Amino acid sequence: MTSASPPRPAGKPDLVTLERVTKRFPGIVANNAVDLSIRAGEVHVLLGENGAGKSTLIGMLSGLQQPTEGRILVGGTPTPITSPRHALALGIGTVFQHMMLVPTLTVAENLLLGGSWWRRPKAGELQARAAEIGRTLGISVDLGARVEDLSLGEQQQVEILRALLRDSRLLILDESTSMLTPKGIDDLGALMRRLAENGLAIVFITHKLKEAAAFGDRISVLKLGRKVGEITPERLRSLGEDEIVAEIVEMMFGARAGGDPEEAQRTARAFPEAVAPLLEVRDLAVPAGSGTPGLSGVSFAVRPGEILGIAGIDGNGQKQLAEALAGQLAASGGTIRLAGEAMDGLGVGERHRKGLRYLTDDRLGEGTVGSFPVSINFFLKQIGTPPFWRNGIEQTAAIDKRAGELVRAYDVRTPSLETPIGRLSGGNIQKILIAREFADGARAVIFNKPTYGLDLANTLATRQRIRDIATGGAAVLLISTDLEELLGMCDRISVMASGALVGTVDNAADARTRVGRLMIGLAA
Amino acid sequence: MTGLFSEVFLGALLFGAITAAIPLLLAGLGEQMSEKAGVLNIGIEGMMIGGAYLGFVAAFYSGSLWLGFLFGACAGIAVAALMALLCVRLGLNQIVIGIGLTLGLEGLTALLHHFQFSRSYPRLPAAERTEIPLLADIPVLGPALFRHHLIVYLAIALVFVMIYVYRRTQLGLNLQAAGDKPAALDVAGVDVIRTRTVAVLFTGAMAGLGGAYLANVGAGIFIPFITNGAGFLGIVLAMLARGRPVWVLLGALLFGLCLSLTTAMQVAGINIPTDVIQMLPFLAVMVMLVAFGRRGSLPAALGIPYERGAR
Amino acid sequence: MSIDTTRASDMATIEQSAAAAGRGHLQRRVLMTLGPILAALVLAGCILLAVGVNPLAYYGFVVERGLLSPTGIQQTLTRMAPLLFIAAGLIVAFRAGMWNLGGDGQFLLGAVIAAASAPVLVQVLPAWLALACAFLMATAVAVSWSLVPALLRAYQGVNEIITTLMMTFLGTSFANVLVKLAFLDPATTVPQTRTLPVEDRLPRLFDTTITSGLLFGLVAIVAVHLVMTRTAFGLKLRVVGANPKAAIHVGLGVPGLTVAVFAISAGLAGLGGAIDVIGVQGNVRADWNPGYAMAVIPAVFLARMNGFAAIGFVFLLSVLSIGGESAARRLGVPHHFTLVLVAIVLIMLALAEYIDHRFTRARRA
Repeated sequence: MTSASPPRPAGKPDLVTLERVTKRFPGIVANNAVDLSIRAGEVHVLLGENGAGKSTLIGMLSGLQQPTEGRILVGGTPTPITSPRHALALGIGTVFQHMMLVPTLTVAENLLLGGSWWRRPKAGELQARAAEIGRTLGISVDLGARVEDLSLGEQQQVEILRALLRDSRLLILDESTSMLTPKGIDDLGALMRRLAENGLAIVFITHKLKEAAAFGDRISVLKLGRKVGEITPERLRSLGEDEIVAEIVEMMFGARAGGDPEEAQRTARAFPEAVAPLLEVRDLAVPAGSGTPGLSGVSFAVRPGEILGIAGIDGNGQKQLAEALAGQLAASGGTIRLAGEAMDGLGVGERHRKGLRYLTDDRLGEGTVGSFPVSINFFLKQIGTPPFWRNGIEQTAAIDKRAGELVRAYDVRTPSLETPIGRLSGGNIQKILIAREFADGARAVIFNKPTYGLDLANTLATRQRIRDIATGGAAVLLISTDLEELLGMCDRISVMASGALVGTVDNAADARTRVGRLMIGLAA
Repeated sequence: MTGLFSEVFLGALLFGAITAAIPLLLAGLGEQMSEKAGVLNIGIEGMMIGGAYLGFVAAFYSGSLWLGFLFGACAGIAVAALMALLCVRLGLNQIVIGIGLTLGLEGLTALLHHFQFSRSYPRLPAAERTEIPLLADIPVLGPALFRHHLIVYLAIALVFVMIYVYRRTQLGLNLQAAGDKPAALDVAGVDVIRTRTVAVLFTGAMAGLGGAYLANVGAGIFIPFITNGAGFLGIVLAMLARGRPVWVLLGALLFGLCLSLTTAMQVAGINIPTDVIQMLPFLAVMVMLVAFGRRGSLPAALGIPYERGAR
Repeated sequence: MSIDTTRASDMATIEQSAAAAGRGHLQRRVLMTLGPILAALVLAGCILLAVGVNPLAYYGFVVERGLLSPTGIQQTLTRMAPLLFIAAGLIVAFRAGMWNLGGDGQFLLGAVIAAASAPVLVQVLPAWLALACAFLMATAVAVSWSLVPALLRAYQGVNEIITTLMMTFLGTSFANVLVKLAFLDPATTVPQTRTLPVEDRLPRLFDTTITSGLLFGLVAIVAVHLVMTRTAFGLKLRVVGANPKAAIHVGLGVPGLTVAVFAISAGLAGLGGAIDVIGVQGNVRADWNPGYAMAVIPAVFLARMNGFAAIGFVFLLSVLSIGGESAARRLGVPHHFTLVLVAIVLIMLALAEYIDHRFTRARRA
């Protein structure tokens, strides 16, 4: 990118152009008449909340889906992209949000996938080319390593390398930073810059405003399937970061909201030592499973009304901690006390009944049974208990009555109580889970990535619910990979690495730096 | 006791073991490819009986065993094509359709056989054998192991071909990806449906061939339900072998030996119900499972139809 | 070695269609069932034509002998008794997401144990108590036969498809060994167990030849249906089947439930064997294996694991097999044709469901 001062109205010709592209799914319009121009040498940021239609747009560019209306031009010629193979042939490479590598194969084998089936894989040629690309761009991966042994960041590099090996002219990165450390995110930004300088077109999808402002040459904002605005490179260069953020917020929310709406007031409060902890964990240990980290020597205490955050890169034992606390995973040592009462040896149902609740991050995978009606899903952790079951017999009236109350109290939008929960949106499923864990005597609640994958409105609502239950006197353990969320919500933040807590900081002014240092393995 | 350990007995036992093992080997190798690609092919029993019937009919009317093998494989492929259409392309439940195909083919072949040969049960002449020079002259072992129909040696050679395919070729990579993470294969530009279809058709060909061998060489006759669970044994072998062709071979030989022992004991006039011996291989496998039963190493997407864009 | 062949999506359609059926979509359901059955009859008729049999005459004969003639319908209803028990057992297993393909072995062992114990017991105990004990023993043996696959699946994650298949091969052979070695009737030349005198068998219903086992079978399958749909225990099993991870998350004792599922499923299959022997057969001949379980699996699927629908499909299956056996004697069409017909019906119904699903989705778009 040269910073030639006179604006070039035409600029370089578009590599890929979307003209009034519309995609309809049963019941929703995922993309509505979207125009987009993607140019070589530019990092084009697609910004939008969940449900704004970013993923569908990527699906169409990478050949997974076809537009209902409108057309896609490649190099100026209208070209329907019919399959992933076709997209690759056109030079469009995609790094998906959910890793698309075969875990049981090595890196080299993954990179070789897609060759003609009758040929022998050209391992030698691959090695030479990978080394060459790695050298110029500073990507280094071990070709012989099995993918399942790599970290998510490394897997992402493999995917980028794969796209480059296929001579991609356009590289699409879908929500690529959600699993990375702050440093990893900076590295990715630098890599995108180098790729753009080498003449590639980059499409970078994110819902984080700061990343958009920091990495983008051009920013398009999507909202509810429509493109609601675009900031050109010229304007981007002339604005400061705060002004860019303000402008994007205006596009996304229609009004000057005064900065990032996700940034909330920090609540740091001091809790007197004299107050007895409500949830107290000492030396909790869990043996490592195959592919999952164990826990060792985890100790902490949460007082009534306090929110303790657990920061850390995904996969460092956070899920195991939550599951061990909930009674879902057997601990091999240590004690868990709720208001002084030992929880060790109790099952999930018993802990739930005593007020120790766990809100899982895997809402459809384990939190609910998608094919079961909404009503039953409220009571999955209470199967067999009165008044919903008497002598083992289901009391439909009692279940429906209570479910109806919870639906109203937690503002769940569902066609009926009989609707299979899997048909609801992520936000509504989350409301049902919150209702399940908050109802009837919650005393300590563990949240695992409570806003992951939710849109902004539901994110804000969920955070408010968490604050409310803490204000009501419950002890809250908030596990999140989103540092901003922790800084905005918690009283104290502990950092987790390799199954242990490596440090705890009060959420004061310098918390961001101190947590960041702990996360990359330095002392706070 | 002399009868039990005589050279004749031993020779017949080993010869029979190989003969009984070959259909299981072919079925197991076929099933292995389907499973690697993520399709649990319960219909393999139907493919085998289809191959056995058509293979027998072709060999009976043409007088050529090779034509019999060809038609047997084709019958297996035809059944597999139906399975591929219903389970791979349309994504219907693999167990339901598999059991349906097995029942249907068992019934259909019994029906056709009834009308074709109206209970005459014609026999084929004994299969010509290919002797391997020198080796065939080893006492006892030579006639038992090295004087078989040519297809026997080809089947055993196939084990090594499969090892090569899985380890060294693009197809091997694609198959594994189709079973472990089909979406990754799809975005790498390879058609998952097509890859799985190829695997299922291969299974059909091998099962059909195995069925034809069973009827034409093993028995020399077709009788309804002749496969008698050999296809299911193939599934067991493939699942126990965990993706390694050599283990299918070893398993097939073990089962073959037990089946052969049953016949041999009957011939030798030893008064143990054949059922006891038939139980042996299953007992051995169950004991192994109980002792070493461990998790993992079946393809992650086994049994799940692939649909692009669905998570 | 653990796989889940029932994925969420699969179970979802099953659950949804079960729910839909209960909510007044009955008419459509019936249409969606009868249409494919008609198509299957036409297709199977083409096969009959190809082998030179008049399909209309054949079907007419089957309906006449399996359904309309007094002896035929009585035989049909009698045949249903063991099938209903097997179907009930399969419903429990499949709804809990466990593929018990070992029904035939469990059935045969139950049958052999009942055949071995009942004739002896009736000589020392009052008839009702003797039969009750025989049922109990048959059930217990069948349950224990399922323990190995159950424990392997529950605690080692070993896939139950192969283990139950192997146990069914083992069970079939073992049942034969028992007949030939342990319980052989010395009074006959045919290898078979001692025969239970007709007067000691389960009573017939009224003045018919229908076994009262039919009533037990109906009670069993309705009870299973109610337990699965109306009780906490049934819901727990359905959670395990529909989403095993959710079952762990909500604190269900999955290993214990797994063992319970296998025990119930195998126990019902074994009871089916006992009912067949004590009600109808009177003894077990060597190498007897009617293969009921394999034939009932499709019926249970066609019924979408709904107990009441399963009664209907089991009835249909019985009509076809009794009528088919008659036709084999009279028209010279082997009764194996029934297998062909069942298979075509199964595939047609699966196809219809697929088309219906696609159609609904397209209309919603």
